[in-house]
Amino acid sequence: MAATRDGYGQALLELADNEKVVVLEADLGKSTKSLHFRKAYPERTISCGIGEQNMLLVAAGMASSGYIPFASTFAIFTERAFEQMRNGVARPGLAVHLCGSHGGTHTGTDGSSAQSIEDLAIFRTLPNVTVMHPSDEVSTRILTKRLATSTNASYMRTARNKTPVLYDDTPEDSIQIGKGLELKNGSDVAIVACGVLVSESLKAAEMLAQEGIQATVVDMHTIKPLDTDLINKVAERCGCIVTAEDHSIIGGLGGAVAEHLSLTTTTPLERVGVKDRFGESGQSDEMLELMELSAPHIAKAARRAMQRK
Amino acid sequence: MQHTIEELEELARKCRIEIVKMVYRAQAGHPGGSLSEIDLLAGLYGTTLRVRSDEPDWEDRDRFILSKGHASPGMYALLAERGFISHEDLTSYRVLGGVCQGHVDMKWCPGVDFSAGSLGMGLSYGMGCAIAAKLDGSERRAFVMLGDGEIQEGSVWEAAMAAAHHELGNLKVILDRNRIQNDDFCETQMRMFDIPAKWRAFGWNVKEINGHDMNEVVEGMNYLSETNDGPSILIAHTVKGKGVSFMEDNPSFHGAAPNDEQYALALSELGVAV
Repeated sequence: MAATRDGYGQALLELADNEKVVVLEADLGKSTKSLHFRKAYPERTISCGIGEQNMLLVAAGMASSGYIPFASTFAIFTERAFEQMRNGVARPGLAVHLCGSHGGTHTGTDGSSAQSIEDLAIFRTLPNVTVMHPSDEVSTRILTKRLATSTNASYMRTARNKTPVLYDDTPEDSIQIGKGLELKNGSDVAIVACGVLVSESLKAAEMLAQEGIQATVVDMHTIKPLDTDLINKVAERCGCIVTAEDHSIIGGLGGAVAEHLSLTTTTPLERVGVKDRFGESGQSDEMLELMELSAPHIAKAARRAMQRK
Repeated sequence: MQHTIEELEELARKCRIEIVKMVYRAQAGHPGGSLSEIDLLAGLYGTTLRVRSDEPDWEDRDRFILSKGHASPGMYALLAERGFISHEDLTSYRVLGGVCQGHVDMKWCPGVDFSAGSLGMGLSYGMGCAIAAKLDGSERRAFVMLGDGEIQEGSVWEAAMAAAHHELGNLKVILDRNRIQNDDFCETQMRMFDIPAKWRAFGWNVKEINGHDMNEVVEGMNYLSETNDGPSILIAHTVKGKGVSFMEDNPSFHGAAPNDEQYALALSELGVAV
């Protein structure tokens, strides 16, 4: 078990050989894990105080001057800098990399004010912005490192709490921005998940297997650009799809997959996500249960999807 | 690059004519804030800003960030007079496909370093440019022009606090204190009390000038250039719509175009034979 935010922090350290890489903080480096970079490279770490709007545009100014800025705060606080991301970063096409940690209801006991369940949706609406929500510490580290050579701006959500490590033995080359990863290859139903619900989806697939249902499980760590080739492939193979995310059912991964499917197929789709409501204080596992995001709920959605074939 | 006071005044007069023409042609845009800022822009470009019109992307250029980006006609007029764009380009103001987008945009117009439009964004961006210059060991500076209404945006003060914290001597602000914002006089919309004291309290070096007296403008630019122990701000007292009688100090011409009759009057007041 490991937290994806640790993968982010490790990646920044590994990127430090590139002197153009700079880190921006808004007083949450201890939490987002940029603190390791700050300790090792204080001259390339810019404290913006508790001021996220300023941070995003300082990053934009630095990107316009040839730097590769990685800015992080809690996912919920990235939202107050949305217009800065839109007008100051995405519109001029500056490669600023924004990381929102502690996303989703999984973040737990801080309660609903801290549980960002809209971040993937809002940043997905911006042209020139890559949106990611990796599932484990290893893929977060690899994908963060890949951002340093991307010409697009990005938003990446990481999670506060530990989740299973899935890619310890996976060759780095197979983990690429914009390419979903097939973790299980069944033909009855395809579960397309991101972030902390990928490991829940694997558990759901095991439950389904006991009933003789063979599920495909995809880790769709990149929500934008969506790997539509892979969606088409698993839709054709399985005939129905379930999306699973610790995010509103409106506008996130489920929304992205629905938009794509509406263009091409009549494949039944069931969306597991936060059902247009806010959370409350609770432990991670309690929140996944309360919000009906845990493995049994994903398995239930899979059965519903299969009945609609 | 040095000009006499008379030359700078003449530069500003020519720009005023272009501002009025642009807004009249487009029948939209922001003449008031363009006319209030233009003596400052003429002074800045004419005496201080290290830029190259034949190499607008020169890496070590000073950055100029028009944070009050709706006052774009002023900047476009200046860029045309300085050879970054042609006078023909000015006819593209607010026209589909034109380099002169409604708000200044770095993706569209040579010589523009910042895609503006939403108030309260330019100072942060300039701060990023200033930090980058320091990391590069470069002498380049970032100049940011703010409107006075604009400093009602809270994000301006996030940046003001951060720039002083980081002791950014290469970050320079010019505040166009024209006392009018979109709906009405600032005094009515949101009283700002002692603006110089606010900036001083945030740790900035502050100088006040009359933003239409070219001698004072040049002095002010020299002050910004020579003040390098932390960020500095030039608070320029100006008149919105300066140079066109019926636009002066008139909130109606923050964002409105002159009609035919007003256009002729404006041009004649600016010394154009009609």
